[in-house]
Parts: sequence; C-alpha cells; structure tokens
Amino acid sequence: MVTFKNYDTGGFYDELIDENGHPRPGAQLLVDKIESLPEGDLTMRQKAAESLLLKMGITFNVYGREEGTEKIWPFDIIPRIVSRGDWQQIENGLKQRIFALNAFIGDIYNDKKILKDKIIPEELILTCRAYRKECEGFTPPRGVWCHVVGTDLVRDADGRFYVLEDNLRCPSGVSYVLENRQLLKRTFPQVFEASRVKPVDDYSARLLEMLQYMAPDHVRSPVIGVLTPGIYNSAYFEHSFLSQQIGVDLVEGRDLVVSDGFVHMLTTKGLKRVDVLYRRIDDDFIDPEVFRPDSMLGVKGLMDVYRRGRIAMANAPGTGIADDKVIYAYLPKIIKYYTGEAPILNNVPTYICQDEKDRAHVLANLDKLVVKAANESGGYGMLIGPHASKEEREAFAKKIAAEPRNYMAQPTISLSRVPTVVGDRIEGRHVDLRPFVLYGKEIYVQSGGLTRVALPKGSLVVNSSQGGGSKDTWVV
Amino acid sequence: MLSRVANSIYWMNRYIERAENVARFIRVNLNLTLDMPSENGNQWEPLVKITGDRAFFEERNLAYTKEEVVRFLTFDRDYPNSIFSCVAAARENARSIREIISSDMWEHMNNFYLELKDAGSSVFARTDPHRFFENIQMRSLLFASLLDGTMSHGEEWNFAKVGMLIERADKTTRILDVKYFMLLPRADLVNTPYDNIQWMAVLKSASALEMFRRRQYRITPQNVADFLIFDSRFPRSIRHCISNAQVCLHRITGSSSGSAHNDAEKRLGRLVADLEYIDIDEVIEGGLHEYLDGLQTRINLVDDAIGEAFFNLKPLTGTTLAEQ
Repeated sequence: MVTFKNYDTGGFYDELIDENGHPRPGAQLLVDKIESLPEGDLTMRQKAAESLLLKMGITFNVYGREEGTEKIWPFDIIPRIVSRGDWQQIENGLKQRIFALNAFIGDIYNDKKILKDKIIPEELILTCRAYRKECEGFTPPRGVWCHVVGTDLVRDADGRFYVLEDNLRCPSGVSYVLENRQLLKRTFPQVFEASRVKPVDDYSARLLEMLQYMAPDHVRSPVIGVLTPGIYNSAYFEHSFLSQQIGVDLVEGRDLVVSDGFVHMLTTKGLKRVDVLYRRIDDDFIDPEVFRPDSMLGVKGLMDVYRRGRIAMANAPGTGIADDKVIYAYLPKIIKYYTGEAPILNNVPTYICQDEKDRAHVLANLDKLVVKAANESGGYGMLIGPHASKEEREAFAKKIAAEPRNYMAQPTISLSRVPTVVGDRIEGRHVDLRPFVLYGKEIYVQSGGLTRVALPKGSLVVNSSQGGGSKDTWVV
Repeated sequence: MLSRVANSIYWMNRYIERAENVARFIRVNLNLTLDMPSENGNQWEPLVKITGDRAFFEERNLAYTKEEVVRFLTFDRDYPNSIFSCVAAARENARSIREIISSDMWEHMNNFYLELKDAGSSVFARTDPHRFFENIQMRSLLFASLLDGTMSHGEEWNFAKVGMLIERADKTTRILDVKYFMLLPRADLVNTPYDNIQWMAVLKSASALEMFRRRQYRITPQNVADFLIFDSRFPRSIRHCISNAQVCLHRITGSSSGSAHNDAEKRLGRLVADLEYIDIDEVIEGGLHEYLDGLQTRINLVDDAIGEAFFNLKPLTGTTLAEQ
C-alpha cells in the first residue's frame, strides 16, 4: 500500500505535503484516496494512463533523431494542487505582466518612449536577435501583439512564486493541459469531483473568440486557420488538436498562396480566402520573401498582406523582442513604466552579462548560477552551474566573454516538488508551472496550466526534450 | 476542403484497401496450398505478380518460397506496397488529418499500426498465419466501417470512398488477370478437382465465392470473369466499384450524373458506360487479358485526373503540392 507516512520532502517546498508531513489545504482528499488504494493499484492506474496516451497517439517528435521516434510525453497521475489564494495572485500578476509586455512591444516598434526615457538601453533592443525591423511603425489589429502567452513560474523554498521566463512567440503545451485533465478525470473521478477543481476546458472557446475578434474589419464571418510546420514538428499533435477543438482548418505553408493581395487556401473547389492565421511557425520561417529565404514552411508574400491589414496573425511577428532573456531582467521596470504599479509576480533576480559589474559576478560564481542564452528555448544553450563539470563551466565562461549580450544568469532556485509515482512508490520530483494567457478583447488566464516535472531523481530540467514529464494542475 | 487534406484522405483509404487485399490474397493462397499437391508448380510466384511489383521482388534476389514471399508482402519496410508499408502510410496520412477524421478512426488506425510494428507480430504471422492475416483483414474492414459509421458523409467521406473503390477495382482486375492467364492454358487440369479448387480460390481472393454461388452459376472461367467484372451488385466487381466511384465523385462536384465538370468525371463516365454496354462474350473474343490490361490503364488515368482536378491545384505563383 502506498503511504505518505515516510514521504520525505527533502527540505524542499512540497506542493502537496507541508514541512510537518501533513497534506496542505486542498490536498487532503487526494492524499486519503491514494493511501486507501489497494496494493499495486496506483501503479496500475499510472500504467493505464500511459497506455491510453499511446493509443490516442498523444505524442511528440524528438528532434535530431530518426523518423519514427514519436514518443508519448511522460505523464504522472498525481496532480499538482494550487490553492485558490495562490492562484488569485498568479492570475492578477499575469494579467498585469502581459498587459505591460504588450504595451512594451507596441511602444518599441512605434514611439520608443521607453527608450527615450532611458528606462532600457536602446542598444539592448537594437542588438536583440528577435527585433524585427519589418514591424517598425506597424500596429496589429486591436493593438494586440501577444495573443497567446505561456509564462513559466517556479516556486522557491520560501514558498513564493517567481517568473522564470515569458514565452510570447509560439508557446506550446496547452493541449497537454486539456488532455491531462481528461485523463485525470478518469483516474480519480470521485476526488476530482469532491475537490471542486476549476475547469480548464473553456480555453478552446476563448481561443476561438480571440481569433475571431482579431479579424480584419471588412470581414463578417472570418475564415481562420491554424498554420503548422507539419507532422514532423515536435508540437504537431497540439496544432492538430487545437484546430480540431476550435473547428478550423489546419494548414501548412504549402496549402496557402498569396493571390490578388489576399492569402488563400488551396481547396478542392479552388482558392478560398483566409482572414486570420493562428500561426505556430516562428517569425523566421513565415515568409521567405521577408525573413529566411530558405524557409520551406512559410508563405511567400504573407507579410505584405499582413502589413496591409488584410489578414491577422496570432501571435504578431516581432513579439520575440519581449521574451528575450536579457530584456526579461528589465520586466519590473517595464511593468512600472506602463502600468504605474509594482509587479505582483516577482522575477528571479537576474544578472545581465552585458553589464560589467554583473558579468564579473557571474564569471566569479559560475558554480552557483544558472546561465542562459538570451535567445534560446527548450532548455538548450543553458548551463546549470552546480551540476556542471569544471570543463563545461570554463567553456561557458569563454562564450560569455565573447558574446556578453547573449547571456544572463540567475541563482539556482530550489524548485518546489510534487509527489510523483516512481515504480511502486512515491517520491518528490521538481516542477514548474506554465499557465496560458490569451489576449483578446480582454486578458484571460486559464485556471491551471501545465505543470512540468523533472522525472530523473534530483533533476531540475523539466523540458520534454530532456527527461521532463507533465502533471495535471488543480486549482481548488 | 483543403486539397492536401483531400489527397491524404483519398490515399489513406487506398492504402488500407490495399493492405486488406494483400492480406486476403495471402490467406487464400495459404489455404490453397493445403489442397494442392506440392509438386504442382509454383504457388507463390503469382502472388507477387498480382501486385505488379515482380521486378522489385526479383531485384532483391528473393526466392518464390512461401516464407520469402509472405515476408516480402507483409513486413518488408522497403517495399512500398507491403502490408506494413501500406498501414504505415495510411497511418501517416491519418496523422496529418486527424482533426478531420473521427477519433475512433484515428485511434483504431494508430493501434493497427502499433500492433503491426510490434516485434511480436512477425512471430504471430509465422506461428498462426491464418489468424494473423484474418486479423489484418478485420482491422482494415473495421476501419472502413468506422469511416461509414462515425464520419459525416460529406466531401471528405466521398473522397475516402473514391480512393477505396478505385483501389478495389484495380485489385480485382489484377487478380483476375494473373489467375486467368495462369489457369486457362493448363489443359491437363481442366475438369479435374484441382481446376475447380483453383477457380474457387480466385473467387475467394475477391471474397466472392458465396455470392457467386447464390447466382447459381457453374464454376467456369467465363462465369467467374463475368461475375468479377460485370456483376452489378457484388461490391468487389469492377463495374460496381467504378459506378459507385462515379456517384461519389458527382457528389463532390455537385454535378448531375449525365454531365462532367472535369477530366476525372469524363473518364470515369466513359468507363462506366463501357462496363454497362459490353458483355463477357465480346470481352473473351477480344482477349480477356487485353481487356483487363486496358481497364487497369484507364483506372490509372482516372486516378491521375482526380489528382489534377482536386489535389494538385496550380495557382498562378506555381506552388506545387508534393505527391504521395
């Protein structure tokens, strides 16, 4: 029988069990249920959930390997529970943050007030790889740039949430939130019902509403498409899932063509105009005439149609400027500048390698810090000081010295943990949390989000490409 | 609907139909070899011949033994028309349109593929081939039934049907052609029990034996050919497949059956008319092989024309779509 009696929180903040070994508020029902299960039952439920995922084909592709390496993303059936109080703070904090980020992007591509007021050094923006000259002087429909955002939060040993990074380009993972929820409802139906978990399913309807709201003014009932790089993309399942959920066509670049000044789909009955694209292809690849000319994924002439206001795109090109990891360090100032308020959610303290004093500190303390490249995601281009070898640290120090603009560093956070099924027992594993935010007529935060869990013992890397899995997130 | 999606759904169904046909051919042949004395010539070569891929087989220096032919037709991953390759391709197509098909269809297809991919499946095929190939057939038929039962009968469904029917018609011409060619000259077998068994096997290869019997025909080469080409009600007869494909195509374009919107409809319409107004005596007189060969060519031309009309839309900019 599984019991939490000997469960060791290991000195970390545990999301379900407090430091005295008692369930936290909201987790009591779940803990009781798990302890009441007959021998082997928890493992059986875990296996049942995994085989269901494989059967449903909920998989992702691992890059850099042979075709046919579709994998299921490991899923752990013990949910992460967030109290209503904590959630309220997260939701308010995210609304404030995303509002400010959106205002920031619009300002950068137009009036540049924040630069003129010397809140942010201008050169930092101009040297940002994600800065798009093509967006200068442009305002997207309804003034919205970052329609879909996934912001990564972590909880430190002090029990407080911190923002680790914002993802404003093509954040993925929301399909897992929706599917994980379906799975967990089957796994713990009674506990789920009794815990009065806030629903996540309204996301799809909100997404559709937002996309319709973005349509150009001349359009009554807009034709919407989800633009995917295709079935070999690691997030293909999500693209297909979302387009099915909102009932629109899933299109690839080769399905689209610019003709007579508009974007059209190639259909069995000829050309059909498209008004809104939820594109899941990075800026670099969406239009070979404007961005990377070697892109096979995009649509020739798309940017031109877009700039003329004849098609809307979510997210808008150019948003990458706001999730640059060095710009991140300025977020408290950015929030203050555009809202006049203090940030509700804190950043993790950040050292900017461009800054001479900070850089000296970073180089002297590489064994204690996490260093990240400004423009990478998915856990690539990253050094975790305490876990790296001497050689790795030295190699990284050279990179920093050569290209300081491209790096920032943060103290290692002791990520909180959640009890996780390991074989036939339960052990704590580190997690983060990615809530999803939609910016349409208003800002909407989905109640819950994706809890990613680092499955190898002691690991702090939650990315799917590096041994991460996921959990359902219950706001109770 | 998107041209790419139409293309995928068409091919998804062609591939599944193909897999089912290959499984059926193998199963019938396994049965047949039990009834036929082993010294009676090569039983397995015709199977490869039916696929039309004899050159591919021989290039690989394979022998026409039961083991090698069955393995080739079932599991060879490099051979694009093996059962495994067909199911994998069907599943790949399904994956690219899973937002279009029902989740029952997708999950069934995904499972079908995962089972076949499992290392245990080649052991299963060796130790209990009858049940194994029956399984393949049943999985394919279940897929077709899920298509009918869980998906709206709109444009997508009609493309799926056209794909299935074209493939089925093509396979029936092939089995008849190869077997007829092989069996007819064997004067030594005429009117022996083996002769009957062989022709029964031909009918079984098209799942047609019982339905043929209900028409109270005597098993003669001419009657078998007549039934498989011209019967208007049997779902695997060429005429039935072609005229139903025409119905589906007209539903897609919305044109009435007497008119034609495009080359695909024109070609299909002519083929339907020919099948209605010619009879088996005329065919035999002109040579059955020549006739079947002509049918195959015309079916291929219909397939090309469908591609031209619906899948390979050429916009002014000259973007082209990849072909399957």
